[in-house]
Amino acid sequence: MSVRAITPDYKVQARDRVENFHGNQIVYVAWDHHLMFCAPFAYALPPSMTFAELRDQVMPEAFGLHEEFTKINWETATWLLDNQPFTPDLNQSLKAQGVGHKSVLRFQTPELTGFQGKAV
Amino acid sequence: MSAKKLNLKDKYRLLTRDLDWEYSYADRKKAFPYEEFEGIKITDWSKWEDPFRLTMDAYWKYQAEKEKKLYAIFDAFAQNNGHLNVTDARYVNAIKIFLTGVSPLEYQAYQGYAHVGRQFGGAGARVACQMQSIDELRHVQTQIHAMSHYNKYFDGFQDWTHMHDRVWYLSVPKSFFDDARSAGPFEFLIAISFSFEYVLTNLLFVPFMSGAAHNGDMATCTFGFSAQSDEARHMTLGLEIIKFLLEQHEDNVPIVQKWIDKWFWRGTRLLSIVAMMMDYMLPNKVMSWKEAWEVYFEEAGGALFKDLARYGIRMPKFVETTEKEKEHISHQAWWIFYNYGHAAGFHTWIPSDEELDWLSEKYPDTFDKYYRPRWELARKMEAEGKRFYSQALPQLCTTCQIPMGFTEMDDPTQIAYRSSDYEGEKYHFCSDGCKHIFDEEPEKYVQSWLPVHQIYQGNCGGASVEEVLRDYYKLNLGADNLDIKGSPDEQRWKEWKGVA
Repeated sequence: MSVRAITPDYKVQARDRVENFHGNQIVYVAWDHHLMFCAPFAYALPPSMTFAELRDQVMPEAFGLHEEFTKINWETATWLLDNQPFTPDLNQSLKAQGVGHKSVLRFQTPELTGFQGKAV
Repeated sequence: MSAKKLNLKDKYRLLTRDLDWEYSYADRKKAFPYEEFEGIKITDWSKWEDPFRLTMDAYWKYQAEKEKKLYAIFDAFAQNNGHLNVTDARYVNAIKIFLTGVSPLEYQAYQGYAHVGRQFGGAGARVACQMQSIDELRHVQTQIHAMSHYNKYFDGFQDWTHMHDRVWYLSVPKSFFDDARSAGPFEFLIAISFSFEYVLTNLLFVPFMSGAAHNGDMATCTFGFSAQSDEARHMTLGLEIIKFLLEQHEDNVPIVQKWIDKWFWRGTRLLSIVAMMMDYMLPNKVMSWKEAWEVYFEEAGGALFKDLARYGIRMPKFVETTEKEKEHISHQAWWIFYNYGHAAGFHTWIPSDEELDWLSEKYPDTFDKYYRPRWELARKMEAEGKRFYSQALPQLCTTCQIPMGFTEMDDPTQIAYRSSDYEGEKYHFCSDGCKHIFDEEPEKYVQSWLPVHQIYQGNCGGASVEEVLRDYYKLNLGADNLDIKGSPDEQRWKEWKGVA
């Protein structure tokens, strides 16, 4: 469907195109079933950043508030990229492995069930 | 010799319908350029029944009377240090949200009705919208005056118009009205007069005004009474516009239904802030959000939609989702603000023992299972001296602009993710309702001014969150924001009340 506009051939540019982010792209990251964090986090990251840099340098500041964060076994944690199963390559750039502008990355740690085992 | 006095009926005719004239040399379509592009068909404007039945001279007189009484009470409230009679300093934070989030919408409504009050071809509709426009202007003015007393004693009231335009969570109410005002005139009336003023307004005004009454806030409560008769007229306009459109042409029915679907969902998302106010912010509770939803929407709204069924109008889309949401949204919304309390222009806090028990009692199926654990974690961390604030910005829904904190309603441990692709870009949503609205009019929402993305684009001042909050939002850091515990608001309150 499209909008009914008073202007013929109403066309606009999307406000959040990647070129508006000064070389960065937006990537959303969430830890499933850990609702201490009320919503996924939004990061502005260079597409050339490696997955290892994202995981080990960017994520700990916010996710590290959770007492289970240091207990995560990254060998067994699973990931979804834009809702599809995904195996990250730590040494490759985000862009090279398909993590694009406004991609959603979610990870699951089934053995860690959150505060009181209640997904918090 | 003085002119004979007009009888009421003549006066009414002269001051309303008779203000119109025939176009003899100008093109009527050019005079009312907004009337056709939405696809609405009007065959006979004379069938419009005036909902207000007021002429301007009677209106002035009537409102002036109300105003005199209202301002006498405001004066008394100020002279008697009325702020000391509220239940607790926490209460005032609900009023901060009202001033920064709702009062500016009254101003937007004033502008919106002034615009459509020019654009309709029918004089009856024009007059009704112009009068409502003046009402709305009066509401914003009296609200400012009602709350100005609190500005002398509490933080967070000082720059509310500036905040409304810039602060991240206030983009939720602001974008709601921007959306309505950038629509055509008929959609504006279905959005604001019908879906909001008629179907949902009781869920905004009753909670805030009874909340004020239950918590000793005479100023806000008196404003509420003074606005009540206006609100009743506004609801009548809401009902008239929908009946008029549905009776004018059958082709209008699907268009109107689409608008009802959209604005009902937009409205429920906007009201999540009222939900958390009722369940978490009022020291003396009025009723739970779930109860309010059942009384004011499920019962009252249910009856209304039964009435409209004869025109071929059904219940709004996604209404079945709201039946589940009433158990969850207040808890999820307050948790968002607790997480981001460092970036809010009001204070947040953990519910007391008594309040936690009240919530368990009001939400027996959900609170202990899903939400009490969140507060127990918050308490544990606070007791360890680690009151936590989220350290990264949240992802926002493209349509309602609320952080993506709402869960799947059938699995409240899982955040709900919806997305659409449009012209090579990804867009994310908190719910089926918000995704549906985007998919119907993507050209509109690809322009969403999402505060988090705007910060990252460098359009909100400095590079750090602190700079954005201090310089771009103009929050007084350390006073307006953070937990109520240890805030200057709390400290002053304790001094006034003589408690250590």
